[in-house]
Amino acid sequence: MLGRTGPCWRPSGKAMKVLVTGASGLLGRAVARLLVRQGHEVTTFQRRPSGVDGATDVRGSVTDEDALRAAVQGAEGVIHLAAKVSFTGRAAEFYEVNVEGTRRLLRVARDAGVRDFVFVSSPSAANSGAAIAGLGAEPAAPQRAHGDYSRTKAEAELLALAEDDPGFRVAAVRPHIVWGPGDTQLVERVLQRAKRRRLPLLDTGAALIDTTYVDNAASAIVAALHRMEHIHGKALVVTNGEPRPIGELLAGICAAGGVPAPSWAVPGGVARAAGTVVEKLWTWAGRKEEPPMTRFLAEQLSTAHWFDQRETRKLLDWTPEVSLDEGLARLAEHYRS
Amino acid sequence: MLDNAAQLSRRGLTPRGTLLCVHGNPTWSYLWRSLVAAGSDPAHPWRVVAMDQLDMGYSERTGTFRRLADRINDLGDLTDALGLEGPVFTVGHDWGGAISLGWALAHPQLLAGVVLTNTAVHQPSGSKIPPALQLALHPAVHGWGTTTSDAFVRVTLALARPPLPADIRRAYMAPYRGARRRDGVGNFVADIPVDASDPSFPALEGVAEGLRGLAVPALMLWGPRDPIFSDRYLKDLIGRLPQADVHRFEGAGHLLAEDRDIAEPIFQWLAAHTGPDGPRAGNPTDSGEFRPLWSLLAEQAAGPSGGETAVTEMAPDGAPARSLSWRQLERSILDLAAGLRDLGVGKGTRVSLMVPPGVDLTVALYACLRLGAVVVVADAGLGTRGLSRAVKGATADFIIGIEKALAAARVFGWPGRRISVGDLPQASRRVLGVETSLAALAKSGTGRDSGRMPDVEPTAAAAVLFTSGSTGPAKGVLYTHERLAAMRETVAKTFGIRPGARLVAGFAPFALLGPALGAVSVTPAMDVTAPRTLTARALADAAAAIDATVVFASPAALRNVVATLGGIEEAGHQALERVQLLLSAGAPVPEPLLVEVQRLLPRASLHTPYGMTEALPVTDISLEQIQAAEAAAAAGTVEGAGNGVCVGWPVHGAHVAVIPLAPDGTAPGSDPVTEAGMTGEILVSAPHVKEAYDRLWLTQRESADLPGWHRTGDVGHFDAAGRLWVEGRLAHVVTAPGGVVTPVGAEQAIERVDDVRLAAIVGVGPAGTQAVVAVVETVPPARTPGPAAPELAARVRKAAQEAGVKVSAVLVVPAQPTDIRHNAKIDRTRLACWAERVLAGGRRGKP
Repeated sequence: MLGRTGPCWRPSGKAMKVLVTGASGLLGRAVARLLVRQGHEVTTFQRRPSGVDGATDVRGSVTDEDALRAAVQGAEGVIHLAAKVSFTGRAAEFYEVNVEGTRRLLRVARDAGVRDFVFVSSPSAANSGAAIAGLGAEPAAPQRAHGDYSRTKAEAELLALAEDDPGFRVAAVRPHIVWGPGDTQLVERVLQRAKRRRLPLLDTGAALIDTTYVDNAASAIVAALHRMEHIHGKALVVTNGEPRPIGELLAGICAAGGVPAPSWAVPGGVARAAGTVVEKLWTWAGRKEEPPMTRFLAEQLSTAHWFDQRETRKLLDWTPEVSLDEGLARLAEHYRS
Repeated sequence: MLDNAAQLSRRGLTPRGTLLCVHGNPTWSYLWRSLVAAGSDPAHPWRVVAMDQLDMGYSERTGTFRRLADRINDLGDLTDALGLEGPVFTVGHDWGGAISLGWALAHPQLLAGVVLTNTAVHQPSGSKIPPALQLALHPAVHGWGTTTSDAFVRVTLALARPPLPADIRRAYMAPYRGARRRDGVGNFVADIPVDASDPSFPALEGVAEGLRGLAVPALMLWGPRDPIFSDRYLKDLIGRLPQADVHRFEGAGHLLAEDRDIAEPIFQWLAAHTGPDGPRAGNPTDSGEFRPLWSLLAEQAAGPSGGETAVTEMAPDGAPARSLSWRQLERSILDLAAGLRDLGVGKGTRVSLMVPPGVDLTVALYACLRLGAVVVVADAGLGTRGLSRAVKGATADFIIGIEKALAAARVFGWPGRRISVGDLPQASRRVLGVETSLAALAKSGTGRDSGRMPDVEPTAAAAVLFTSGSTGPAKGVLYTHERLAAMRETVAKTFGIRPGARLVAGFAPFALLGPALGAVSVTPAMDVTAPRTLTARALADAAAAIDATVVFASPAALRNVVATLGGIEEAGHQALERVQLLLSAGAPVPEPLLVEVQRLLPRASLHTPYGMTEALPVTDISLEQIQAAEAAAAAGTVEGAGNGVCVGWPVHGAHVAVIPLAPDGTAPGSDPVTEAGMTGEILVSAPHVKEAYDRLWLTQRESADLPGWHRTGDVGHFDAAGRLWVEGRLAHVVTAPGGVVTPVGAEQAIERVDDVRLAAIVGVGPAGTQAVVAVVETVPPARTPGPAAPELAARVRKAAQEAGVKVSAVLVVPAQPTDIRHNAKIDRTRLACWAERVLAGGRRGKP
């Protein structure tokens, strides 16, 4: 028998109608697939095809309120992952997608009689750039957040949690650094740079970083939907609960991808300063690809980010199923095949 | 005035009594705010009255010069006006201490006890008033420094350790803004009597002398980093109120109430002295007849073997440098005792012995014990700072030391009249302030009434030893005569050491026990303060000199002995082959090292007793037993075997149990258990356990809160065969989200990884959700501290995982920070701070 936290568990076995936005991304797709596997009736909403078998695929943008309204009809639960996730870009774009998109979705979901709304957020919504060692989920703080992505996620989270009431339950789940096979955000970027020998370690690579294997992030988000009575109104950080020095983590990813690990180090302070400059120039020059270093990335890679997971695990009645090392093994398998 | 009476009655709380709190100069009642708050706690309601003295704080400025006698009367007027009822405990700080005691002596019908913090009632004879006060009293400085400017107020507030937050500093300054509001501050300073001609001298003398008849409970809480009321004033007060419970907060200063939480200890103490539970039960003691530590020594001297060698000291060339027979030893002890007695050494006199183990130390130690003096034995193994702190805290009346120690006494200002070991040239004596020498004292005491040594009480203090300080500042540990005698009995019975045994004392604490066991003792040629200087050659020479049957050596010494094996010649090997018993204590001895030692001492039974300064020894185990235990752990056949260092079974007369650990890494329970596999704080109960921590009332209370037991601060568990397995220090337990992690089991597993020499497990992050970090010293050592290479990290992580511990990060250091005394105890607290910094992404620096 599977444990109560197993991926096939759902309360009272009753199927639920769920809208998942942003299901073409790594995490969104994993969430939608898990819901389908559990027997729920899933609608996916994003600009590109989601590729989730068994789900009703609706194409559209969160900037289009009519499309959203149509997609959410009949849903009991919403999992909102759609966002502009990037290290650079124009501030207005971030705001339009991340803040206004969330505002629109909240509005149409409430109108449509949705009961539960899980907003997938980011720990960076509460991060001022200082090291985080074993803290829980601090309140989102747009004014302190670094970078447009974090700022707009913070603002959107506040917006979403403010909507929480007994008839329309809202919770925020903040998975920290999601990765896994098929990940373009972290894994691909690390491997591309390492291949071109452009991946430095910041400082000594000692900063302790907690990450989330994609399957764990997905099961936590789905668990959130089932545990709304315990968590609504709250924000929860989700991780593997296995902090590792960033150097080892990068080495592990490189080993899985079959490329040599970084061997040269740059002082964190220099990287942060350089990141700020590069970020500005890149945006100003209108370049579409990701810049080699951003302030956000430099902070992420040179200061500790690991979290107290006790409350999260208790409230979600959930534990991660895939350990960090198992995740790396699966990643290696992915690149071998 | 602060008074919580109205608040208590509003809340329907009946106070158990009154605390009358008297501030000094230049503070005000604000000093006592934590006591007022604590007294209003329904858990222990006490009325707390804290007034601002006249001309001070927010009280009236009278325009008069109020002297000590006036202030004592003022306080009486106030308590009359308040209609204060008993029981009253006075609480005083600074010169408020003298005033509070003046009130106490005048109100015996109300008085139930006194609490004193950094104060004084008397200038100890032969000492000058502290330089800082001399300065404040100097005519050129006084008016300007205390009244015209706020310098005195500012300087006093700057004494806080750590510094005061700005808002609290401002609060202390608030009532003293403007020179006219500071008249009281200046007058207070001016009223300090420097000598008999001062107007307030008689009043202060009256208080000081009156105290001697005061029989109420007393508590003295002290911050030793006080340039004014230093340890010598504490010592003076202890002399007047010998019943006092004393706690020195190492590192705290003059403004003790700001530096440390004094409310909690004061209310705990009040509960102990007014509560229904009354005095607590002491440790169980042997019902057997008390035979003082020196009884076997005296018997040997009087017996047929009196002419045979008792103590020998080896010279570096391999020949005995000095020897005494039993009769000579006894004679020397009695002669020196007579000489010391003439100098003023007697019952309760504290004598600090700073002499390396050998004949001189043995004679001096037993001479002091015979006189009923308390020997203070602080060794250089504490490091210079630790040693200095320890010596100052123990406030010896005399220091007997080698020239180097006396020079340090002079440099660091250690208290006590100074006695050199050998005769020094006149010039050195003058520079070092040396009064006399052991040689001179022995000469002056020769043949004089040595039969008339005082009877010592079994329960009288006999010795203060020091912990190694690997977990915080070294603590003084007080032993009584009966407990020292019990230690001798335990060692004799556990290891079968009988009179006539011949032992090599390569480990300082046991060097002193030899004569007490009636055993012939030889000190090998080595720097005993640095155990790793014992060479195989020196050990063999010493063994050969007395045809030794027993060897005491620390683990670090054994390591060096094995490393220098080549230096032994045939005769040396033969001597070592005759050794029957080896004892090595102080730190865990790795089994492979013992196997190598066994080759050198083929006939000896190798024992590694486990114990601590507070209880020597607690358990014992032999090499064969270690191997059997390890085999049981590997096979998994005995419940509880494994996860730690097996230290064997309790020694003769000792009981050992554990208090199970809670998820937060503490041991809060009160039911000692010995269940197999249950990890907890190790407790020991035995007649040879310490009497108390010296001048650490709070620490003592915590260590002995379970009647009859001493909390060791170590964690471990029993196995089903009754063996104890030590898992580390309670303070080093890591509280990971999955449960508590004790360090030793994983460390042992990691040390089996190739290239790893020494491992330490520490936790980083908040309690309860700490990340586990392994810090390793490798072979060859890493050049810089920092994260381990991913390949090594993976192997270390795997080894720890197999021992059941999930490690987040692996760091390497060129060398583990270890203690000086044993060269073995890793300073995990320091490592944890460093690891926390590095893993947060900070500078890697050095641990």
